Amino acid sequence: MSISAKPALVCPAGSLRALTLAIDAGADAVYLGLKDATNARNFAGLNFDDAQVREGVRYAHARGRQVLMALNTYADARDIGPWQRAVDRAAELGADALIVGDTAVMAYARRVQPQMRLHLSVQASATTYEAIEFYRERYGISRAVLPRVLTMQQVAHVIRNTSAEIEVFGFGSLCVMVEGRCALSSYVTGQSPNTAGVCSPPSAVRWEEKGDGGVDARLGGVLIDHYAADEPRGYPTLCKGRFDVQGERDYALEEPTSLNTLAMLPQLIEAGVKAFKIEGRQRSPSYVAEVTRVWRAAIDAATSGARYSVQPGWSAQLTRWAEGQQHTLGAYDRPWR
Amino acid sequence: MTQDDKTLALTVGPLQYWWARPAMMAFYAEIAESQAQRVVLGEVVCSRRNEYKFDDWVDLARDLKAAGKEVVLATQALVMSEAELRTMRRIAEQDEFAVEAGDASALRVLWQAAQARPGRAGFTVGPHVNVYSREALQEHALLGATRWVPPLELALDAIARINPGASRVAGPAGEVQTEVFVFGRMPLAFSARCFTARHHRLNKDECEFRCQADADGLLLKTGEGDAFLVLNGIQTQSAALHCLLDEGQALRAAGAQAVRLSPCSRGFARVLALFDGVYNRGLDATVARSEMLELGLPGALVNGFAHRQAGMQAATA
Repeated sequence: MSISAKPALVCPAGSLRALTLAIDAGADAVYLGLKDATNARNFAGLNFDDAQVREGVRYAHARGRQVLMALNTYADARDIGPWQRAVDRAAELGADALIVGDTAVMAYARRVQPQMRLHLSVQASATTYEAIEFYRERYGISRAVLPRVLTMQQVAHVIRNTSAEIEVFGFGSLCVMVEGRCALSSYVTGQSPNTAGVCSPPSAVRWEEKGDGGVDARLGGVLIDHYAADEPRGYPTLCKGRFDVQGERDYALEEPTSLNTLAMLPQLIEAGVKAFKIEGRQRSPSYVAEVTRVWRAAIDAATSGARYSVQPGWSAQLTRWAEGQQHTLGAYDRPWR
Repeated sequence: MTQDDKTLALTVGPLQYWWARPAMMAFYAEIAESQAQRVVLGEVVCSRRNEYKFDDWVDLARDLKAAGKEVVLATQALVMSEAELRTMRRIAEQDEFAVEAGDASALRVLWQAAQARPGRAGFTVGPHVNVYSREALQEHALLGATRWVPPLELALDAIARINPGASRVAGPAGEVQTEVFVFGRMPLAFSARCFTARHHRLNKDECEFRCQADADGLLLKTGEGDAFLVLNGIQTQSAALHCLLDEGQALRAAGAQAVRLSPCSRGFARVLALFDGVYNRGLDATVARSEMLELGLPGALVNGFAHRQAGMQAATA
């Protein structure tokens, strides 16, 4: 495999510290968001102001790397100004591309900043080549990030039928639902990824100690899970709770687990995947550094021409950072469905 | 069918569940006699639900048209395979009935069809296409949309700003009408995974069509026994039913010309009559609500989304 075929490693930056660590650990690009509701990780203490974006861009560009700006929530009908200004700020601050999901934002970017490169966010829910081609023909998107719902064969089929570059999720928290089409969080809390850039927001979480040493985890007052005294506690993301269906208590939607596609890396590269995204702008800088390091090594190994196998050290590293200390290949692997 | 300014026309939304043919036939026979003006048909949830093929839906559409209904064919909300794309294209490319777009794949085909055949009837932007601002609705009007069903989580005040009666968004196919989801369990999420099959410890590819047993979906309760969500194959719904019976004036003020009611297995024809009575014939909403509570509907009635609250809340209008 030639060097030019090497896919890009795209890593999360929730802070300038995470950004520099990701670059140092070998990220080809980092993605970040502004400190407001215009991006899908709108958490307190996270994200960038203009000076930090400028500094991040300087750091990345000095090392030949790229900065992508996530502008991937849906513009609020009451005031779409912040989304339009974010497009302009991205251009002024020197971002290499915008990651967008809203047609209102894409149209504005095309009209006002026509030179700006656009990546279709996973929040746009483009699950077919027809959908991706729609955004490419209409808004000139150069790359699309695929929702985490397609099988390996479906990913390959999409790539064969679109001229947009395809980026897939490599590692991180797993959305069991199609991104951009999930209103579970707003059903319970009034805030969703599409409208507020949050899912199961901390402000709606309540922990209640029970007499037996266990704890109830509530979201918007709804009991999402109960942990016995000796059970590890997870964050009450509502699709990862334990519920009762026909008298059986279980993880009815999804278990607390992380997506990890290292095992499929050669097949995904062979299929023509142009970029791998690491999830986790809300995670710590050390998470970003270590996961980036493992993925840098894996992509380099998979494109070196030598026989590829997942190194035990990589898996051990990633497991430390995985939700519930569990991995899955997710939808890429048919039985998951 | 004519419509004065104040009427809220009733649309029967697409059936979200897999009902056996006799139950479905009986249901639509009742709809043919109902107050509904429009009926949206088609399998929108899962392509493995194969009892009704494209031609069967078209036959049913013709019957309902003969009974005086406007009929719309809807495309699937989550399209992943080439076979699903083929089905979507058959629906989106036909000219006999209006079309409702379930996703961006359908938008592309409808846009191409509008360019190839100027003067083609406009299409509906379905509730799972993300339109959250006036600018986004304008983008869809430019493709040829003439009707918009807002996302379930969008509040009435946002709908009012996006497409107000006094200043409608318009495109080459005409002005855009607003049709608001006012009744039924709410489709909240879609997944590649079939949750019904997973509950029965089956793979999606060998699901044994278990969802046929759940006329209104499979109830999921919290650890405290509260009805919370409903598993409907790859779709997750609310256990409670959205109900905007008390919001007739607010709907009109928000620019709605039509309302969508989503089918349930019991009492649906009566629900249509009650909504029509309250919205269009001066029936008292409190009286209608009391009767609705006696119909054996599958869940509690809520309306939080309309009022910018959590969707599961029951707010006062």
